[in-house]
Amino acid sequence: MRGERQGHDGEMMECTFGWIADALGHLTRGEEICLLAFQGEVSHFCRFNRGRVRQAGHVHQLGASLTLVDGERQVSLKLRLTGEAALDRATLEAALERLRGYLQRVPEDPHLCFAREVRSSRQVDGTEPPDPLGITGDILDGACGHDFVGILATGSQYAGFANSLGQRNWHATGSFNLEWSLHAEGDKAVKRQYAGTMWDGAHFRAQLHDSAEQLQLMRRAPVALTPGEYRVYLAPSALAEVVRMLCWGGFSARAHQTKSSPLHRLAGGTASLSPLVSLAEDLAGGMAPSFQERGVIKPPRVELITAGRYGEPLVAPRSAAEYGMRTNGAEPDESPVSLEMAPGALPASEVLAQLGDGLYLNNLWYLNWSDRNSARITGMTRFASFLVKGGELQGPIQVLRFDDSVYRLLGSALEALSAERELIIDTASYEARSFRTMRLPGALIGAMRFTL
Amino acid sequence: MIERLKRLFAECIPPGVEFCSLRAVFTQGEQLNVRRNVPQPLTLHEDAGAMVTVRTGAGIGYGATSELTAGGLRAAAQKALALAEMMGRCSLFDGAQPPLPSPSGEFRTEVGIPWESWSLAEKLELLQAESAAMRIDARIVDWGASLGHQRVETLYLTHEGGALWQGREVVAPGLYATAFAAGEAQQRSLHGGGLPRQAGLELLEQMEFRGRGRRVAEQALALLAAEQCPSGRRDLLLAPDQMMLQIHESIGHPLELDRILGDERNFAGTSFVTPEMFGSYRYGSELLNVSFDPAVPGELASYAYDDEGSRAEKRRLIERGVLRCPLGGLTSQRRAGLPGVANTRACNWNRPPIDRMANLNLEPGESRFEELIAQVERGIYMETNRSWSIDDSRNKFQFGCEWGRLIEEGRLTRVVKNPNYRGISESFWRSLAGVGGPETVEVHGTPNCGKGEPNQVIAVGHASPPCLFRNVEVFGG
Repeated sequence: MRGERQGHDGEMMECTFGWIADALGHLTRGEEICLLAFQGEVSHFCRFNRGRVRQAGHVHQLGASLTLVDGERQVSLKLRLTGEAALDRATLEAALERLRGYLQRVPEDPHLCFAREVRSSRQVDGTEPPDPLGITGDILDGACGHDFVGILATGSQYAGFANSLGQRNWHATGSFNLEWSLHAEGDKAVKRQYAGTMWDGAHFRAQLHDSAEQLQLMRRAPVALTPGEYRVYLAPSALAEVVRMLCWGGFSARAHQTKSSPLHRLAGGTASLSPLVSLAEDLAGGMAPSFQERGVIKPPRVELITAGRYGEPLVAPRSAAEYGMRTNGAEPDESPVSLEMAPGALPASEVLAQLGDGLYLNNLWYLNWSDRNSARITGMTRFASFLVKGGELQGPIQVLRFDDSVYRLLGSALEALSAERELIIDTASYEARSFRTMRLPGALIGAMRFTL
Repeated sequence: MIERLKRLFAECIPPGVEFCSLRAVFTQGEQLNVRRNVPQPLTLHEDAGAMVTVRTGAGIGYGATSELTAGGLRAAAQKALALAEMMGRCSLFDGAQPPLPSPSGEFRTEVGIPWESWSLAEKLELLQAESAAMRIDARIVDWGASLGHQRVETLYLTHEGGALWQGREVVAPGLYATAFAAGEAQQRSLHGGGLPRQAGLELLEQMEFRGRGRRVAEQALALLAAEQCPSGRRDLLLAPDQMMLQIHESIGHPLELDRILGDERNFAGTSFVTPEMFGSYRYGSELLNVSFDPAVPGELASYAYDDEGSRAEKRRLIERGVLRCPLGGLTSQRRAGLPGVANTRACNWNRPPIDRMANLNLEPGESRFEELIAQVERGIYMETNRSWSIDDSRNKFQFGCEWGRLIEEGRLTRVVKNPNYRGISESFWRSLAGVGGPETVEVHGTPNCGKGEPNQVIAVGHASPPCLFRNVEVFGG
């Protein structure tokens, strides 16, 4: 176990988790086993438009997913908690009674699987989260005079697992995540992200200054390009969109077994990616918990693709039981939570020269499969996307639609990966803030197909 | 619970504020899945929490908590007050305007057969039967049947005594089958998951769920054997379950007033529609009539009041092809100086309300389905969305469907696989050449419309007849 002191909210959350975990042992009966996955969040959100505040709010929420197992039967209930011990105890007791009622009526589950070996852990990253009002003040000072749009999320996120066998896992992080963009007219903008545990106003101001300079370039008349093939450099934030598509079933054991994976040809050995491409689930490089909702402890690293060849899929406990595999602690959707891509040899300082004539794309947008069998993706260019001639940025392009296969983009057409990588923290906050991260280089691609 | 919350709310209103509201949301859900003939673990869902909103000076703040106690709500109200005071010094707009209504009223989904009237065993038996019926060939490698239910109750209270209670109940059936052979997979589903409705179990009867499993599997196999969708410009007939997506992405989102006002530029995007277009812009052909209609019984996003307390009523947004009205609630209407509708909605208690599209429907025309087909010399008929992508301004799009059939010399002929099409919203709707009559209208919806910072997914409904478009770029895999 390792850890450090967390803030007041964190201590309250861990205290709530602790007594609930302790209560599980008392509340279960006979051969019953109870699993509890805990989630908590104390977050400030501040939304900006035109350099002013559009919406500001605070969210305090905690809840749990409770699974009751008896023999080969199981039922789960996702419920909300209050943090008030007496209320939550009553909620927990009522929930278990409700689950018992269902347990008698559900059939046996041939794929029931959870961690039976007790492995406890405690990890607390970051201390008291940064002061949201102070950060907001810095942002407003910097944003003055700019068309600044974005969202600041600050606060603490908590995850826990406990079972009636005695396992306890606790994970807490305090952080901020500012995702923002500076806009010129229309859809012309520069987008950035600043995330971490310690806010540095000087760093933000430098980012802002740099973006404002780039925005000057965006103010030039946009170039309307005809559909066709172009040399392209995908900055890490653009490559992230392509890699996110691969995470949609590409590394899932279940998706491979059911042939719904976009990479089923890669896994089957009938297609390959460039030897430059190596991808891994690397827990140490991210901020996700080291355990999952069934109590399985994740290995530090899973090699997903090595030198262009399919490696090991992500196997959730349920898939392990269904397909006779060994679980590697994957989440139920079997997508990576802490993905890293190996860097290449292209220094950032040489990207434009190596690109020569082509497109420098900082962002892609709204990707989807146009043909999943051939891993063909369509999507749009967005924000700071430039035409490059002779290694010099010329000006922005009008948005373009691409439609191309991953087997070309990261396969036969991939020329180089950048030596430097960026840590991209997922800003998704559907239901709650995300723990997911990606560490990626940029990609120089000899020919990318644009269609509209 | 209502009386207790009224009392707790009255105690937590910060003194001296211009406006204070509480929006409490209680959710109960149940999800049943059978996959490859194996019942998956039953999952239940319960949620409860509240958001307190405070307006003071020019600022608006919100505090949301799952702690529905006197202390929890008081803390949420104090957080909301502090943020409203902060925002008042740097607000994008005057948060004191417009004054928000304090209505009282009720809304309840009409339910014929209550969810609880069938036992768990009966529901599982139905799903097992449909699942078993899908395993018609060894090439069906994955298949499943599902049935979900959700009951959402919202209580909205204002400091001036407004009290709204709205109870929505949703049933969501689903079927899918994946066929695989010679290195290729094809999936067919029941409307791509686009069949959730506000209803009870009578929905299963209405949509003839029983017996649909086998047809889904047969069509997945038919796709394996089918030729690729041809490439080139052809007439395109879209089924209602693809019209759902077409309306959603290239009419619904561009008309959202908060996008037009720039709130979403960092995330969901902006819009090619600008404020001066309302009243005169030709969005589509004369056949295009689109309405915001929150009063269609059973449609997924039906309600009586939005989350700012505005009374929700039907309003025509596009009339005979001309753009008339945006999708914006009271706050956005005030900011933009434009009319709007009651569509300020939040996905749950822990997210603030923003402009959403709710039920957005394409009004029927006069053609029978056969008449639409008969008008086409060389075209494609496409059903059921499987892929969607559109640009930041909601203009350049590319959509893919599960199921396609050629239309040749006025007749539906061979099945084609991987049917896709692309176009530009600005010009696409002007190529609308045929609209099905009232008997061809189908009501669809999705629970997964994503937008907002922090992010929100919300349910929307789209009813439409099949529609015919001329000279569209289509292509295959």
